[in-house]
Amino acid sequence: MHADTMPSPALPLLDVRNLCVSFPSGGRLIPIVENVSFTLAEQEILGLVGESGSGKSVTAMALMGLIDSPGVVITGSALFRGQELVGLPQKQLRRLRGRQIAMIFQDPMTAFTPVYTIGWQIDEQIRAHEKLSRKQARARTVQLLGEMGVPDPARTADRYPHQLSGGLRQRAMIAMALSCNPALLIADEPTTALDVTVQAQILDLIRNLRTSHGSSVLLITHDMGVVAETCDATLVLYSGRVAETGPTADVFARPGHPYTTALLASIPPLYGARPDRLPAIAGAPPAPLHRPAGCAFGPRCQFVHTPCLAAPPPALFAVGPSQAAACVLPAEGTPLPPRLTEGAVVTAPVSSQPPAQFSSPEAQS
Amino acid sequence: MTGSPSSPADQSSADPVAQTAHGPSGHANAKTMLRPTDTATAPLLSVRDLSKTYDLPRGQSLKAVDGISLDVMPGEVLGLVGESGCGKSTLGRCLLRLTDATSGQILFEGQDITRLSERALRPLRQRMQMVFQDSYASLNPRRRIGDLLAEPLKVHPGPDGRKRTPAVITGRLHDLMELVSLPVTALDRYPHEFSGGQRQRINIARALALSPRLVVADEPVSALDVSVQAQIVNLFADLQAQLGLTYVFVAHDLAVVRQISTRVAVMYLGAIVEIGETDDVLHHPAHPYTAALTQAVPRPEVGALRHPPLRGDIPSPVARPSGCRFHTRCPAVEDRCRTEEPTLQPVRSGHDVACHFPLAAN
Amino acid sequence: MITALLRRLGQTVFVLFGISALVFMVFFATPGADPTARIAGRNASPQTMEKVRKEYGFDRPLPVQYATMMKKLFITQDLASYVDRGELVVPEIARAAPVTVSLVCGAAVIWVVVSIAMGTVAAALKGTWIDRSLMMLGLVGISMPVFWLGQVTNLVTQSRYHDTWLFSWVPGLGYVPLTENPWGWFKALVIPWVVLAVMFIGIYSRVLRADLVALSGEDFMRTARAKGLSPTRVLLRHGLRTSLVTFVSLFGLDFAQLVGGGALLTEVVFGLPGVGRLTYQALTNLDLPLIMATVMYSAVFVVLANAVVDSVYLLLDPRVRDAR
Repeated sequence: MHADTMPSPALPLLDVRNLCVSFPSGGRLIPIVENVSFTLAEQEILGLVGESGSGKSVTAMALMGLIDSPGVVITGSALFRGQELVGLPQKQLRRLRGRQIAMIFQDPMTAFTPVYTIGWQIDEQIRAHEKLSRKQARARTVQLLGEMGVPDPARTADRYPHQLSGGLRQRAMIAMALSCNPALLIADEPTTALDVTVQAQILDLIRNLRTSHGSSVLLITHDMGVVAETCDATLVLYSGRVAETGPTADVFARPGHPYTTALLASIPPLYGARPDRLPAIAGAPPAPLHRPAGCAFGPRCQFVHTPCLAAPPPALFAVGPSQAAACVLPAEGTPLPPRLTEGAVVTAPVSSQPPAQFSSPEAQS
Repeated sequence: MTGSPSSPADQSSADPVAQTAHGPSGHANAKTMLRPTDTATAPLLSVRDLSKTYDLPRGQSLKAVDGISLDVMPGEVLGLVGESGCGKSTLGRCLLRLTDATSGQILFEGQDITRLSERALRPLRQRMQMVFQDSYASLNPRRRIGDLLAEPLKVHPGPDGRKRTPAVITGRLHDLMELVSLPVTALDRYPHEFSGGQRQRINIARALALSPRLVVADEPVSALDVSVQAQIVNLFADLQAQLGLTYVFVAHDLAVVRQISTRVAVMYLGAIVEIGETDDVLHHPAHPYTAALTQAVPRPEVGALRHPPLRGDIPSPVARPSGCRFHTRCPAVEDRCRTEEPTLQPVRSGHDVACHFPLAAN
Repeated sequence: MITALLRRLGQTVFVLFGISALVFMVFFATPGADPTARIAGRNASPQTMEKVRKEYGFDRPLPVQYATMMKKLFITQDLASYVDRGELVVPEIARAAPVTVSLVCGAAVIWVVVSIAMGTVAAALKGTWIDRSLMMLGLVGISMPVFWLGQVTNLVTQSRYHDTWLFSWVPGLGYVPLTENPWGWFKALVIPWVVLAVMFIGIYSRVLRADLVALSGEDFMRTARAKGLSPTRVLLRHGLRTSLVTFVSLFGLDFAQLVGGGALLTEVVFGLPGVGRLTYQALTNLDLPLIMATVMYSAVFVVLANAVVDSVYLLLDPRVRDAR
């Protein structure tokens, strides 16, 4: 089901090409995001993964036109349904924001204005884009909250953000984002501030959005587990550059970039054998100012050799039908071996829980 | 055991039967074989019926820790896991008397420290230290690392009961840097010059400066990136093996806790609902909450088993449900659970659970 | 709600008691000084001294003295000033209070409206020359002492240019009661209002701008923009509305201290017989009963204003509402 996501005959919903975002600092322009390209098809969930400072949030903010620090330079192209977003005047961007492209944020507590009720804030978004009466807007708000699994939606709409639990707030946030039926939902670490049991609920909700609301989702996260469970395709960012991109199943089974491999290996397994030591990546990601001329991951990579260090950084090289890695190894004919996963020895807990369900369509395709 | 390398095709079309059947040695580990009940030694830390209540306005009160009893054996790592509001951090702070418990008893090396004065506690403080989550907030930004680390060495007398000489202190600082794999030059620099991972190394060095026996670590890797997190988890494990430390490791990340812990205690709304050897608890949970928690953890694997998530939110600790504290979200709730509170009872040797209807081990 | 109100009332009474006891101790129970002589004034006859001693109970224990004082102040309201030939103190304050309230309320309206406009415009145009000049203007306002500004305006409007068309409407210094002649009241006060407001406009617009700029980095402001709202709406409905919480707490205290007599300099410069001027007179004459009364009056206002600010808080911030 992923093979058709990249070279789709139809126009992709979002087509980002060579997006660069640079911030001025000390009289120079520092590239925070460098030549990021990806496409997102209708009803697809794309995971943008990376550690802090990888530029994943900046990419999203640039697409939304929400970066307004003085002196910032955004170049490249981002076609949303054929319309260029980069350089679009604020007035036109505003008409897209909230209606065609909506965004949800990491911390639902601080993302709502504290002095208005949840319902007021959702009504506000609806009425900003559609000519509806207060009553009609509220009716839709209540309906949306209900669809998002908020109990007693009419009463909840009259409550203030601080009166709700984190999970409910994030549901309300998603309801607000979906209130004008956007084609694209950008979710910036939507579950990072939540507890795992609540995170599972919210991820379920996001997964179902494409069937229930026909939305595509750009999911930004640092959690490889969240990506594996939620996303159709994955884009791994490292230090502002794309390290690897491809269908999630392929990226997790046969990572093409040593960074992806190392990142996956450094996550302690919950099941299977417990390693004596975790295969950690030495050092820390470079600061944008000190990013190496060649491969940004070079200094931390166990396979580093001379071609990695020279500028320009390695270009994306196809390592599968629709998978590509920005690494010299596959180009040199020495691709990485497939990943050894805990799946081989997984011990799923069997309990008096309801029978295990395979709610994930990817698992069976 | 990692099994034979699986082909990518196996990955995406994983056979559900193969996944449910677990390898018999899948959770075998040298560390977990050592059970506290097998050792004849006395516990390093003992907690009896410990409670911590916070008074709130309007006559309400919040029982952050609700009648907890546990033993920590010398040389073991006890993982405390649970979601927000479960009281794991409060318990961690109570153990070191950083927060005073409302009732109950804490015995450290057999000595009751619950009501000891701050003065009487001071010599004991050398042997019990804490590492916090926020690596930056716990370091004074205006002081050099060397000064920060030297401070406890200057305040507390050395093992011979006399003040440490500057030469002894410098030597110790160099040893500490080597322990946490930082260059000696780090001693002359300020906290803001380091990355989050390096700062956490510094915090660990500070905790170790006085050679403690017990270290309570409160979410020490939660604020770090995955690749850095692994380094710090390894460091904790190495130090434990090298120095024979005992940890109480508080974290919400089950995988991290599993990596480091000998035993795990699962907390929910202020109480321990399940406690036992790490893999026994995590792979064969007897409490429905533990089961749900382990199933909810997103795993970096496409096609991993996905269970329907637990419904509802964690209730407010101010209005704790009657009977079993988990009954409002439990998928297997029965009438008895709503009225009668279960106590921790052994289900297997070294594995206790607070549930009227514990799940059977498979 | 009722319990909250009652608790608030209890606190108010307690604070007033504390202040009154403190003031009483300072002026009447200082060792080495005979309050009788002070109340009776300089060169008082022995008969007057005896009368005062009896009246205030200075021959009896301190608590009784305090109770007598409070009784004369609040219940019988016959506290009299001997320095001022037996003038009753409470009616004197009652006459002065409307003057001060008129002055301060008018100035408050001006400074709130103007500073909100200035602060918001400056925040919206952050970094432009308009922002810089507005903030510069604010700084100038803060730097000008009110008595100097008052004297200069008096000089301009009362003498130098009084005969030009621009200022010929300006009445002489003094106060015209609102009930007698509303238009005269307005004409007499409009210049003092502006003069008093200038400094506060400077402070408030700068504080508001700083607050709005800080808020613009908040997550909820980003959400509001991501919703596709217009910049004006984001700034006013989300930013300004949230900033008002800070604004109100600042305003409440300033307003209270002005009504309580803090507008002294403005009152003196413009010849307005308000509470501030009364306090000033009482202090220069060491008129103890009057001092006692004006301090209590001002304390009542500050405490009341605090209570009002707290209730406005409840209206403005739902988080505070739930924390009670």
